[in-house]
Amino acid sequence: MHLAWIDWLVMLVYFAFVLGIGFALKRYIRSSNDFFLAGRSIPAWVCGLAFISANVGAQEVLGMGASGAKYGIVMSHFYWIGAIPAMLFVGYFMMPFYYGSKARSVPEYLRMRYDEKTRAVNAFSFAIMTVFSSGISLYAMALLIQTLGLLDGLLPGAWVFHFSIFLSAAIVLGYIFLGGLSSAIYNEVLQFFLIVAGFLPLVWIGLRNVGGWAGIQHRLPATMTHSWLGMEHASTNSLGVGIIGLVMGLGFVLSFGYWCTDFLVIQRAMAADSQDSARLVPVIAAIPKMFFPFVVILPGLIAVCVTSHTLGPTAVSVPSGIVAGVSAASAHRIAADPQVKESHPHGIIPQKADPITGMPIVDSTGAPVYNYDLATPLLLLHFFPAGMLGLGITALLASFMSGMAGNVTAFNTVWTYDIYQSYIRKNANDSHYLWMGRAATVGGILLSIGAAYAVTSFNNIYDALQLVFSLVNAPLFATFLLGMFWKRTTGHAAFAGLLSGSTAALLHHGLTIPQGALPGLHGGWIAILHIYPSEMAQNFWTAIVSFTVNMAVTTVVSLLTKPRPEDELIGLVYSLTPRRIDSHLPWYRRPIWIASGVAGMAVVLNFLFR
Amino acid sequence: MGLDVRLPLGLLFLAIGTLLAFYGFSTMGSDLYAKSMGVNLNLIWGSIMMILGLLAAWVGRKRRLS
Repeated sequence: MHLAWIDWLVMLVYFAFVLGIGFALKRYIRSSNDFFLAGRSIPAWVCGLAFISANVGAQEVLGMGASGAKYGIVMSHFYWIGAIPAMLFVGYFMMPFYYGSKARSVPEYLRMRYDEKTRAVNAFSFAIMTVFSSGISLYAMALLIQTLGLLDGLLPGAWVFHFSIFLSAAIVLGYIFLGGLSSAIYNEVLQFFLIVAGFLPLVWIGLRNVGGWAGIQHRLPATMTHSWLGMEHASTNSLGVGIIGLVMGLGFVLSFGYWCTDFLVIQRAMAADSQDSARLVPVIAAIPKMFFPFVVILPGLIAVCVTSHTLGPTAVSVPSGIVAGVSAASAHRIAADPQVKESHPHGIIPQKADPITGMPIVDSTGAPVYNYDLATPLLLLHFFPAGMLGLGITALLASFMSGMAGNVTAFNTVWTYDIYQSYIRKNANDSHYLWMGRAATVGGILLSIGAAYAVTSFNNIYDALQLVFSLVNAPLFATFLLGMFWKRTTGHAAFAGLLSGSTAALLHHGLTIPQGALPGLHGGWIAILHIYPSEMAQNFWTAIVSFTVNMAVTTVVSLLTKPRPEDELIGLVYSLTPRRIDSHLPWYRRPIWIASGVAGMAVVLNFLFR
Repeated sequence: MGLDVRLPLGLLFLAIGTLLAFYGFSTMGSDLYAKSMGVNLNLIWGSIMMILGLLAAWVGRKRRLS
């Protein structure tokens, strides 16, 4: 597929701005505080948009489009149940401790509240996770560029994947190296608006084509156009998840574990210019987040409803090399997925082709296997003329870069403050740590490139991240919840709880398996004690088990160990910290009013799509 | 921070919007738009981005000067 000159020009203009911001902000970076925390000087709304943009990585735009095409609007649970409540909670209840304690990172808060070893566990696991996530972003972007054949004719086929990885890594490196967190945040605001500007007209023209929401409802099975239909039991909805797994696993453990403890997003709120602003950041971010299903999931539903087949599988160049392993793995998984009904239309979603023979891949019953990951990109190619196509592809690239940059800025901070300054070189001057921050940015990017090449066995990126989150993040929330709201919790208890929570997650994963999967990466590698109806159900229950074990172990060990004196915990624990008075703020700037409005709107959205 | 983010944001939208609008203007009536169901998306969306960009850049610049 060849792009017109106008498409390239739009992309070039964007890249020029991205790097231009890095150069423009370089002169403001004088201390490590400027580099890692943006000098704590950014207004709430800017941090709020960066908060949401850093979270919108490859897994969201492509993964949600893919899942929308496969499962339907039911994926909105990842927003209205799986994000909004947690975002309101972290803003209203937890930000005062993160911001007010003057901790420079989430692991540093853990050291202040608990002890060194708890911080170390969090810092190391987080650093590894950010590199992994950033590698996935890179990998997905390069794979997409290769699959769509964007660089065909400009570069030899074998170079495209490698060139895409190194060029995108170099751009992200450039703007973070120069301007640190401020540059990442400013770029995330641009990326947020670009994603909206690229996808909004796509949804508009797509809906016009399929006859609006009514047209989609007419063509697709009812479980795909309702969020709550059949949710009471795993066997009656397309996700294969029951209501307890959904609400407790996704809505509580996984979602709160991510939004309330992940330094990637918290770092954006910590960069706010005051504590009042910091509390508002996640709450403001929840407003666009609530409407994101219409920008990222809806294209998937439109893609399966579009009837003309102008872009069949032949229009997409056959992926080669690294794609081979992925195709085979995912062919097995989609074929094994009993939830995907044969009856649902596939629109412009191409069948998977064998990368070697070029023949369509079929499952064990002879039914074709579809490549859902291409839903959103193919919809762009289907509806956008030259010009707009450049904008659409720029929006896709922006989403990859914002996700990657979010991980890299979180990595360089945790590495420098929580690992390097704590365990390697304690008393250097500030300019040395600023230098180390820049060096860590280079190191983080190199590790991401390594991770990108290592990630070849997962196809559905979103599932892969969910698995990582459920192993690392699920026990975390119990540690923060007890730490912030129960003054008796001790450091030894937190440490023991975290380790046993993660061990429990690992054991649960090893002892259970989703229906139809083979033992190994998807579970059941110790023994098979239980079979879940879907991989998602298994992920949600892994999280629930891990959270419960951590909660129990931390509580018991806390009662057996000596608590810290109360005066050391002021500002770190809810009951020992004076309540924040916000009566000086006008009502529309008070978190409680905005949060109530957002919560009410989320209820309305759930009701409308029930 | 000395730079108001609305300034680069506005300029980016202004630049991309102008490019798209001009391209849309010069390709008016072309069968390029058969894909987008006869709608000249470049001209329409480009103009909208241009106007929004101008607004954002203007506000960003005003704030910076004050």
